[in-house]
Amino acid sequence: MFGAEFRRFSLERSKPGKFEEFYGLLQHVHKIPNVDVLVGYTDIHGDLLPINNDDNYHKAVSTANPLLRIFIQRKEDADYSAFGTDTMTRKKNVLSNVLRPDNHKKKPHIVISMPQDFRPVSSIIDVDILPETHRRVRLYKYGTDKPLGFYIRDGSSVRVTPHGLEKVPGIFISRLVPGGLAQSTGLLAVNDEVLEVNGIEVSGKSLDQVTDMMIANSRNLIITVRPANQRNNVVRNSRTSGSSGQSTESSLPSSTPNILGNLQGEEESDEEDIIIEDSGEPQQIPKAAPTSESIESLSQIELLHESTQNGFLPSSEMNLNHSAGSISMECEVPEQGRKSLEEDGTIITL
Amino acid sequence: MRRFLRPGHDPVRERLKRDLFQFNKTVEHGFPHQPSALGYSPFLRLMAIGTRSGAIKLYGAPGVEFMGLHEENNTVMQIHFIPDQCQLVTLLDDNSLHLWSLKQQGGASELREEHRFTLKGPPGSPPSATQVTAVLPHSSREVLYLGTESGNIFVVELPSLRVLEGRTISPEAVLQRIPEDNCNRRSCELVEALQEHPKNPDQVLIGYSRGLIVLWDLQNNKATQHFLGSQQLENLYWQRDGSKFISCHYDGSYTQWPVSSDNKQSEPLENTVPYGPFPCKAISKIYWQTTKNGLPYIIFQGGMPRASYGDRHSISVIHGSQQTAFDFTSRVIDFFIIFSSDPAAEFDDPSALVALAEEELVVIDLKSAGWPAVHPPYLASLHCSAITCSHHVSNIPLKLWERIISAGSKQNIHYSSMPWPIDGGTNIAPDPPQRDLLLTGHEDGTVRFWDASGVCLHLLYKLSTVRVFLTDADPNDNMNTLGEDEWPPLRKVLVMELNDEDAEHVVDHAEADLLQDQEGYRWKGHEKLKTRDGPVRFEAGFQPFVLVQCQPPAVVTSLALHSEWKLVAFGTSHGFGLFDHQQKRLVFVKCTLHPSDQLALEGPLSRVKSLKKSLRQSFRRIRRSRVSSRKRRGAAGNASEVQEANAKFDQDALQEMELAPVQRKIEARSAEDSFTGFVRTLYFADTFLRDSSRHCPSLWAGTNGGTVYAFCLRVPPAERRMDEPVRAEQAKEIQLMHRAPVVGILVLDGRSTPLPEPLEVAHDLSKSPDMQGSHQLLVVSEEQFKVFTLPKVSSKLKLKLTALEGCRVRKVTVANFGSCKTDDYSENDLAVLTNLGDIQIISLPFLKLQIRYPCIRKEDVSGIASCVFTKYGQGFYLISPSEFERFSLSTKWLVEPRCIVDMPEVTSNNHVHNKSGTENAARKSRGSGKSPGDCGEEDERKSGRLMEHALLNDEKVLKEIQSTLEGGRGSYAERNSARSPLGHGLSNGGADQPGPAV
Repeated sequence: MFGAEFRRFSLERSKPGKFEEFYGLLQHVHKIPNVDVLVGYTDIHGDLLPINNDDNYHKAVSTANPLLRIFIQRKEDADYSAFGTDTMTRKKNVLSNVLRPDNHKKKPHIVISMPQDFRPVSSIIDVDILPETHRRVRLYKYGTDKPLGFYIRDGSSVRVTPHGLEKVPGIFISRLVPGGLAQSTGLLAVNDEVLEVNGIEVSGKSLDQVTDMMIANSRNLIITVRPANQRNNVVRNSRTSGSSGQSTESSLPSSTPNILGNLQGEEESDEEDIIIEDSGEPQQIPKAAPTSESIESLSQIELLHESTQNGFLPSSEMNLNHSAGSISMECEVPEQGRKSLEEDGTIITL
Repeated sequence: MRRFLRPGHDPVRERLKRDLFQFNKTVEHGFPHQPSALGYSPFLRLMAIGTRSGAIKLYGAPGVEFMGLHEENNTVMQIHFIPDQCQLVTLLDDNSLHLWSLKQQGGASELREEHRFTLKGPPGSPPSATQVTAVLPHSSREVLYLGTESGNIFVVELPSLRVLEGRTISPEAVLQRIPEDNCNRRSCELVEALQEHPKNPDQVLIGYSRGLIVLWDLQNNKATQHFLGSQQLENLYWQRDGSKFISCHYDGSYTQWPVSSDNKQSEPLENTVPYGPFPCKAISKIYWQTTKNGLPYIIFQGGMPRASYGDRHSISVIHGSQQTAFDFTSRVIDFFIIFSSDPAAEFDDPSALVALAEEELVVIDLKSAGWPAVHPPYLASLHCSAITCSHHVSNIPLKLWERIISAGSKQNIHYSSMPWPIDGGTNIAPDPPQRDLLLTGHEDGTVRFWDASGVCLHLLYKLSTVRVFLTDADPNDNMNTLGEDEWPPLRKVLVMELNDEDAEHVVDHAEADLLQDQEGYRWKGHEKLKTRDGPVRFEAGFQPFVLVQCQPPAVVTSLALHSEWKLVAFGTSHGFGLFDHQQKRLVFVKCTLHPSDQLALEGPLSRVKSLKKSLRQSFRRIRRSRVSSRKRRGAAGNASEVQEANAKFDQDALQEMELAPVQRKIEARSAEDSFTGFVRTLYFADTFLRDSSRHCPSLWAGTNGGTVYAFCLRVPPAERRMDEPVRAEQAKEIQLMHRAPVVGILVLDGRSTPLPEPLEVAHDLSKSPDMQGSHQLLVVSEEQFKVFTLPKVSSKLKLKLTALEGCRVRKVTVANFGSCKTDDYSENDLAVLTNLGDIQIISLPFLKLQIRYPCIRKEDVSGIASCVFTKYGQGFYLISPSEFERFSLSTKWLVEPRCIVDMPEVTSNNHVHNKSGTENAARKSRGSGKSPGDCGEEDERKSGRLMEHALLNDEKVLKEIQSTLEGGRGSYAERNSARSPLGHGLSNGGADQPGPAV
């Protein structure tokens, strides 16, 4: 079965009710009373997360900002690997599925769902454009309470120059804090030489400057290192089937060779400041004038800028014909997503 | 793809940038750091000061200043002007001689180094053979006589600095012509002094260290006369008529000797120990000045009784029965006397004594009774008490300016009315375009008001806050004597009013408890200052009328005053408050502490570890280098075992440090970090805070943790100002996700122009802001610049400085830049100083980097912390505890010395007795006094004006920095300065210059 169906309706944010009521409402709205479906939603990071119990249902409603995008798939066609991080941005989903039994079921067979709020903590990126001796590591500080947990120091390294080998000053990782993000990823090690911080070369910069740069980028830190241990390097020609084979240590490799995007673009949404107006609720500060640059990345959150609205959208309607503001962005989302989705089965946007 | 469009490719903009921006270090204000030599030319009426870092500075009439820097950065030992020339010779401690001249170029004079020269002995001779100890520029202007440690006197040709081999006066030659048996080779070791006969240029007096003095005939190469002193010689001085000379000695005595051609060996006329009979210290320099009334002035340095006053730095003046020892607070480097330079005059008639001490320049009027000091127009000792903060105010209204000057003049009544005696050269710089004030806050609780409009930084007025508080000193004492008393840093808020009358009144005080709602905090710092209850007498000037004290009594970290609304806002490490000084009522306080921030209550700030660590390492490095240099020189007598052990310990510590290199923790900032509540900046603005139809007064505060608070204020209209209370309500709170300290908040009006200062609008000095278009908010943190819309806060633009360049914002100000090409174009930009010492100009409102200049060395922490920008693209920073460097970023508004020194006409071909400089004695000019090609000659060699002193290599400076930091007054201290202290101040009497005690 191909194609998709789009519905738009509103809910009272303060009284979302129970998951089963919501499930019934979905079946009613789509007129599919006897079809078993999987329900998912996109959270503020653009990740597709499941809704299958009261807890994650309430979580989904409370994070709606104010639009909540819900995806419904027929259970028999469902692709579990669609859930997870960056699912909306990647064409191929190569998740290593860490699954967990879910006992809140009315179905006879066991349904396995994703853990709640599954997030990446680190990744190796840009493997295809970097020399094999280098490694570009991205640490996702947001969403975790773990400290970054590493130290850097001055040192010297040997470079090949036109005048032969030369000793030049460099910056090195000097210590990993046990339990810190850096150590838990296994992607960084003591004595790795730091070459770049978020795309900016560190050569010629002092230890303090590099420290300041790393801290300034700490919410989305991308470090290019020359690992002290070169035995675990990515071997370029073995990169054939998918990106999961790129590195044994890579937990979530990204295959998009989008340098600037990786280094600077995506962080924007992670960096929004918070405003409390008239002692009200804290809110993220929106962008003043949304520009067209961000459509390529779905991690961009869809925001309706009228903060006065409380619940979901005011009315249920097809949104394909809308053209203005954030809604036009929304139109393009399914367009882009559909190519892959059509293979996967029915996905319905509400 | 917009991000690939980098700024700076627009050729029109590039051309405009060249018309707007230009970086110059223009002039150094204040007192030279570590002066080491003094010279004076009575002919040019210019004074020269040399420093230990190799700088020489020339000063004449106010505004006439020249600077030069020796490439070697070695200590300047001696400075001698060439008689009747625009030239001078400097001797450095590496035994090199440098010839400098003042040349005219493009209508102004410039100081340039012409030649350098190091005396070389024959191969194999010891270095002492050519170590120069005395320099005599001969009045013929053709040669220099160089006395050396070996006793040889070399003759060097001018201006080529070439040794005239045949004319060397060797000790052997001298001894041959002295018949005496009691003179041997050793009598002629080390030439201590060389003085030319005031009437007869062919005769030179040579003084050897061991006491032998020889009058040498240059023409016939023979000793005309010799004098045998029994004491070690320090210096010589001719009497004006050449019939007598005076010698001063190591034992504190001076001796007069007659000069006559008939007897070969003379006995002294008179031998005196002025401070005897007990052993005295050496008299290192002496002047004998004749007067009409017959009573000479005898002026000498040192000679105090060893036991009782051996530690004093004194210059004594004896005139008949009057005798005064001027006691200086620091070591006397050198001094000279200004006297009649008219060669026809019969007497010296001294008019002033100019003494250069290590920390101050003192000029004594010798013509007025009581010998009062003269108020110097420049070389002010900025550092009488350490500077804790500074603030610059542009465009002072004339009325206010005059009132400040008149209040200041009342503090200076004890100064002499003599015009400044060093008045050579002509200031041809255009008059400063406006009246600017530089305010400096000092450790002793005083605020000094400096005229910063022109080249001369001149003290206008001093205000002391001490009297408001209970101290050990009586309040109605003369505050001038307070001097070196330790005083806690500024940590009180005073609102002051300028009052032209003396007044005695009680100062109201109020207390602001910043921790009202917080439980369980315990303040471990010092207690709040006790205030004085009774009436206190204040002199005319700024007088305090209300005092606000913060509780807990932490350092005030930011201050803002709105003189139209009559409101003052203050912030500490705990929170901030708003005070209505019209009604003398506290409007509100807000605590900014994070619940976990216990450290803030521990008292005076403890500093970040890394800084301490790096300072400690610097010390170790210095100590190590000192140890090794001491060893090189070969134990100078007291290389005891303790020192050895210390050295070893240092070495070990150093090695340990090298084994465990410095490392830096990489961690995101969090709300739980220390000092997040520290209020870094406060700002008043009349803007659209709540809705876009009505604007209202507002107060903005930024903290160390990246939080911005905005309060909506309701200020009653003027007619009901006393009746209704000022109200405040929190309207917004912005948390920057990167949590870097907020260092600047600014509102841009509808034309994207920063809101003007209220005082400027009130005085019609500035256009009123545009309230039609929508306003924008600029928040500057140490890491980023961000523009938000108002009243609905949404982010519009940002510039991430740290993420891209690894530098952080230290200082930021809006500056107005005018084009040097057209009068009608000017624009506002941000002037930013980073922690690397770079200055960047960033455009408004688009936040594009325009240009970047290296300005301060990044190691110079105190220099960066002291930097203050003006509103017209200039700035000041401390290059030493006593000197401000002034720089300019603007092509249009530039204050720099521009002056001309003309060769005065030499009136007589027989003018007598002009003495200059240190060793330079009487001389006699022959010929017309004009030599070809001295002025106006093109010379391509450029003398650098850059005066970067190697401060951090200097242990003393490092110690000062460290003590500043540990005292909790680091880079935050300068935030103490009031934003707009005009019209408000506190009075205090007394003069500034710590004149010599008599």
